[in-house]
Amino acid sequence: MNQRNPAISKGIDWSLAGIYFLLVAIGLTAIFAATYKEGDPVLQSFLKFKTDYSKQFFFFVIGTVIGFFILLTDSKFFSATANLGYVMGIFFLLLVFPFHSPVKGTESIIKMGAFNFQPAEFCKIFVALALAKYLSRPETDFSKIRSQLIAAGIALFPAVLTILQSETGLALVYFAFFIVMYREGLPSVILLIGFAIAALIVATIVIEPNTLAIILTALAAFIAYIFRRQIKRRRSIFTKIVLFWVLCVGIQRFAVPYIFKNILQKHQVERIYDLFGKDNPYLKKGESETAEESKKIKESGSSYNVRQSKIAIGSGRVLGKGLLKATQTRYDFVPEQRTDFIFCTVGEGFGFTGSFVLLGLYLILLFRIITVAERQRSTFSRCYAYGVAGVFFFHIAINVGMTIGLAPVIGIPLPFVSYGGTALLTFTILLFILIRLDADRQMVLR
Amino acid sequence: MSAFNQSRSRVIRLIFLVAFVIIIAQLFYLQVVSGKFSQLADDNAILRKTVYPPRGLVLDRNKQAILNNTLTFDLMVTPSQAKGIDTAFFCRLMDIDTAEFQRRIITAIIKNKSFRPSVFEASLPPQKYARIQENIWRFQNGFYIQERPIRSYPFNAAANILGYIGEVDSNYLKKHSEDGYQSGDYAGMTGLEASYEKVLMGERGMQVLIKDNFNRIQGPYEGGAMDVEAVAGDNLYSSLDMELQRLGEKMMTNKVGSIVAIDPATGGIIAMVSSPTYNPNYLTGTERRKNFSDLYTDPRLPLLNRAVNASYAPGSTFKTLQALVGLGEGVINTRTTFSCNGAFYGCGSGKPMGCLDPGTYYLTSGITHSCNTYFANVMQRVINNPKYPNVDSSLRAWNNYMYAFGMGHRLGVDVPTEQKGNIPTPEYFNNPKRFGPGKWGFCSFRSVSIGQGEVTATPLQVANEMAYIANKGYYYIPHIVDSIDGGDKFGLLDKYKTKVIPINLADSIFEAVHDGMQGVMESGTGRGSKVPGIVICGKTGTVENYANIKGQLVKQPNHSFFCAFAPRENPRIAIMCVVENSGRYGGTYAAPIVSLMIEKYINDTLSKARLARVDALANTNLIPPLMLQKMKAKDSLQRAREEERALKNELKNIKDTLQSDDNLSEAEVKDRKTKDDRQPKDSPNKKAVKTDMVTPEKQREPVGNKKDTARK
Repeated sequence: MNQRNPAISKGIDWSLAGIYFLLVAIGLTAIFAATYKEGDPVLQSFLKFKTDYSKQFFFFVIGTVIGFFILLTDSKFFSATANLGYVMGIFFLLLVFPFHSPVKGTESIIKMGAFNFQPAEFCKIFVALALAKYLSRPETDFSKIRSQLIAAGIALFPAVLTILQSETGLALVYFAFFIVMYREGLPSVILLIGFAIAALIVATIVIEPNTLAIILTALAAFIAYIFRRQIKRRRSIFTKIVLFWVLCVGIQRFAVPYIFKNILQKHQVERIYDLFGKDNPYLKKGESETAEESKKIKESGSSYNVRQSKIAIGSGRVLGKGLLKATQTRYDFVPEQRTDFIFCTVGEGFGFTGSFVLLGLYLILLFRIITVAERQRSTFSRCYAYGVAGVFFFHIAINVGMTIGLAPVIGIPLPFVSYGGTALLTFTILLFILIRLDADRQMVLR
Repeated sequence: MSAFNQSRSRVIRLIFLVAFVIIIAQLFYLQVVSGKFSQLADDNAILRKTVYPPRGLVLDRNKQAILNNTLTFDLMVTPSQAKGIDTAFFCRLMDIDTAEFQRRIITAIIKNKSFRPSVFEASLPPQKYARIQENIWRFQNGFYIQERPIRSYPFNAAANILGYIGEVDSNYLKKHSEDGYQSGDYAGMTGLEASYEKVLMGERGMQVLIKDNFNRIQGPYEGGAMDVEAVAGDNLYSSLDMELQRLGEKMMTNKVGSIVAIDPATGGIIAMVSSPTYNPNYLTGTERRKNFSDLYTDPRLPLLNRAVNASYAPGSTFKTLQALVGLGEGVINTRTTFSCNGAFYGCGSGKPMGCLDPGTYYLTSGITHSCNTYFANVMQRVINNPKYPNVDSSLRAWNNYMYAFGMGHRLGVDVPTEQKGNIPTPEYFNNPKRFGPGKWGFCSFRSVSIGQGEVTATPLQVANEMAYIANKGYYYIPHIVDSIDGGDKFGLLDKYKTKVIPINLADSIFEAVHDGMQGVMESGTGRGSKVPGIVICGKTGTVENYANIKGQLVKQPNHSFFCAFAPRENPRIAIMCVVENSGRYGGTYAAPIVSLMIEKYINDTLSKARLARVDALANTNLIPPLMLQKMKAKDSLQRAREEERALKNELKNIKDTLQSDDNLSEAEVKDRKTKDDRQPKDSPNKKAVKTDMVTPEKQREPVGNKKDTARK
């Protein structure tokens, strides 16, 4: 349509913008509640940007400014520079390897002057754009396996680089882009197989190996029995069942143990097993520590975090203890509570009511994004919108899930609420590009 | 393509929705359904600190504190914060080795968990306190010094009456589950500390504090709105006269027995001595545990309050009560006479009861000269009184008199462990194991008439009997505490305010007994203990007693008994004294002690000559031979243990220093040690101590012979 909109506000989806401001406000309040100490001079420290909430506010201001500029930008810019942006993102990710700063526990941060800079975080933006660009190419026929593989490659290549930076959590986020691919026609079977493998891995962790093997065998026999007539007619069905059985048992007996022993790090395996309330069975003989030592690990490790986080959230009861009366979050019982465990502050301070309101807000945001996505004329915009929805969903579900013991602790932030400049800016940019694209929804972008 | 996949937007919405529903369901469970997290959160962040109020004091009748509070210092440890300190330096300061350090830390963790403070060492001695106080900053967070009030006994006396406090054990907690004690608290265990625990403990306060993840106190919870103020324990005003108490304890030095003195007008106990006793301050300080076990195993039983917890046959002092019964029943009157030709033959010639001075006696002279025959006749008349159909009912009537006089049941004094004493009943004799129904009569228990045999009484009962006789027919239940500061909130003193008039006897009856008792002091068995200027009524007792040694009753030296009240008109003190196994007569030891006590109390002072008497008594050692034997046995056992410990240390030292001597066996070391012993080293006395320790396999060595010589 008309590319020269006289007013920048034209076509903007105010509901998305409104939710954005609400969420950031909730985040600032939560960070304030988690870090404010009795007697801090609020205004003074706020102006000096010495406290976490003032820093976060500062990033919010920067984010708004960037958002404003995004709204001023021509939507075509995003589709035109998508591939370039992707290359740049990969470049930054590679740059991390020689130049990462010595921050403990991660190799994903570059220090530039006063700023810490985490390419793995904001690379999501470029992936979302590049994937949308690829899927919206007229020559892309997404029903072909080759295109599907290329799309998956675009999404997962940065994930591989991120894993190499010891940021498994951030890497897992890239799996969220399968939602885009599913929307664009990725066969349901693949998702089903994905779920089936996930279920099998969970079963491997929960059920004793031999028992599981027997169950799988029985299951195969049962299926063969049901299909006995068809099998009589066509031998290949039987072969398929046998092959499938071999695959399942193979995953269970060899693949999963191999991954846990050799690919994942000890603490990650520990976290996964903690989630199911089990001890890690893959410790080497020499490491099979004394009971006291393992207790020590437990107390300092993720299960301690989750336990404290559940206590904090659970003690909030229905209405919560009130903003500054939350004993658990105020007195540092929950580690990382400004960042990954910020949800505890909400849960303890505002109880079930507050948690419900926050989650409701997120669900409205996600549904609104899907509605927005479906009204796009341009495939690029739609794909991008689904990418944003997927990323947000993954972050919200896993982050909240890990604070209440439903997901392993993989250290990813809660969108707009967790403390952290890069994360807040990344989510802001993701959302504002969507708002910008939506404002031009009548236009077909290439 | 997009049109084809439009339906998938609904699937995606569904996936989102399902995930959110699962999360919200879990939140609902955590926050609404399960209540345990609030509790856990409180455990995490809220510290309920008990504020202990100072315990109440005990004051004597002159309003001086006899049980007081002073401060002591405990070294506290929070094991989780105590990591990374200079353990070696710390151990040097504390005079312990690292093994001991570890052991205490582990004990603390077991007792109180690693993040809560526990006592590392209680009641630091002054020097150690100074050393630690100077260096405590080096062990910040992990260790701190906490002051704690402890009890002190300024007079070093009345240990058994005042009692002590001790850490409550699980049994105590179970018994007092509603009184809010926690493990680690102190409570009164004996004496007044135990009987008046409710009053003395005061009301505990509570401070509700908030703490952070490192257990650091962050300040009051909700601005202190939930705090409860502690209320100090109330003071007890006792009727004790500490001067008199100390005089009594002094005279009872190296004697076994007790003295009980009561103010007949109120029932207030003026002095209650149980000997041997101990220094009550031994059970408050650093060495409490060790001292306690020493006292606990001492064969002299210093922790026993003999005044209430020992019962004796009252001997001739019982004759005063027999006289009351006889007169009360009307079987005799003051002019009734009985003659004694050397013994009481009223029961045939089987085993006559001897009497000291043959002659003919009236009641008064019978008491004065403690004539056995007279009172055997009196009781015979009571039991064989034709007024009663059978001995069962006549003995029952006699029983009722005795119960009225405070015998055979607990009086209800306010120090714990009171004994009942015993009064023989028809049921007892009717028991087929004893005699069986109808198979007994007065002669079966004739020795009861002179206070021997089946009758027993506690010193307190005898003293109370004196108060009853002095008052001519009533008494107040003996008690130590007269009043409580701030009022008697628990009604503990009510029963001590009521006059007990158990039975109606005419004043003339008492006058007759008083006459006899006054005679005892003027011309009778207690004449040696007269006090010029004070009319004392007294009665001696010489109590035969037996000890059960390996199943055989062996006669032991007599107990010396004396009970009295004074002055005869408007009596101010009723008192009794028993000196166990002193041999001799009641007039020999107990009577002078009582007379000195009376003189001190009534005249408030003792003349110089009399003071010399006090010292002479204090220096008389009358520890019974049986007890001496046990003490010796215990001493040698203890020495054996000490020696063994010394040997072990020696062994360790030798092993430590002589690294090359790896194969040095224990036997060899012992050998070396005995060689050392044979070198003349210290005084011969010490040598004797060591030879006591000879172990069997060394008996063939000449050391064994030395032992005998050393003993001689």
